[in-house]
Amino acid sequence: MKILVQADPFDLGAEVAAMSRGRTDIGAIASFVGLARDLNEGSGVAAMTLEHYPGMTEKALAAVVDDACSRWTLLDVTVIHRVGRLLPGDPIVLVAVASQHRGEAFDACEFIMDYLKTQAPFWKKEETMEGDRWVEARASDDAAAARWQAS
Amino acid sequence: MKLRVLYFARLRERFGVGEETLDFAGATAADLVAALQTRGGVWAEELAAGRAFRVAVNQDVVALDALLPDNAEVAIFPPVTGG
Repeated sequence: MKILVQADPFDLGAEVAAMSRGRTDIGAIASFVGLARDLNEGSGVAAMTLEHYPGMTEKALAAVVDDACSRWTLLDVTVIHRVGRLLPGDPIVLVAVASQHRGEAFDACEFIMDYLKTQAPFWKKEETMEGDRWVEARASDDAAAARWQAS
Repeated sequence: MKLRVLYFARLRERFGVGEETLDFAGATAADLVAALQTRGGVWAEELAAGRAFRVAVNQDVVALDALLPDNAEVAIFPPVTGG
């Protein structure tokens, strides 16, 4: 398992390659990369700054990954979340999940993203033409996370 | 008891403080929120009933009726928006 909170960019290819290097038991790796968009809530976004709660962030991400590992048989998980100022098109977050079969990898990857979005203490502040604004939490993200509680 | 209280994101900006140490006479997270509300102004506004904020004690999100241990690290922040 690898959980990182960092200002630097990440390399999806290198991260995925590292997960299967030296082992032949992995049959599937599903990955997700979230990117900074140039439009949100109808306004152009010139840049965003991600703030977090050092200490709790890593702990919350580890708890989400542990939860995923208790729901599916996972062989490896990598979560990297960036902080600091990002420009449109910049990668924000990477989740990659390795398992024997694709179903577990797909499901666990989506689960980790859904839980990360509602539980890990990150906050986005956007720079727009109308000024800086903090992004408001979305009910749709809560609903996406809640889906996993029923199953 | 002594508490280390942290504020993040929009609340940190509105309160104009990121961290403070408090001598606190109450017992629960709700008591702390009530004590902070008595400061008035943005404190009363942002921590009013019905406003969306979260409280974490020693880096775990808790309900408002949670007891605060002595020397706890308490954080108050808006709903998270990462990912």
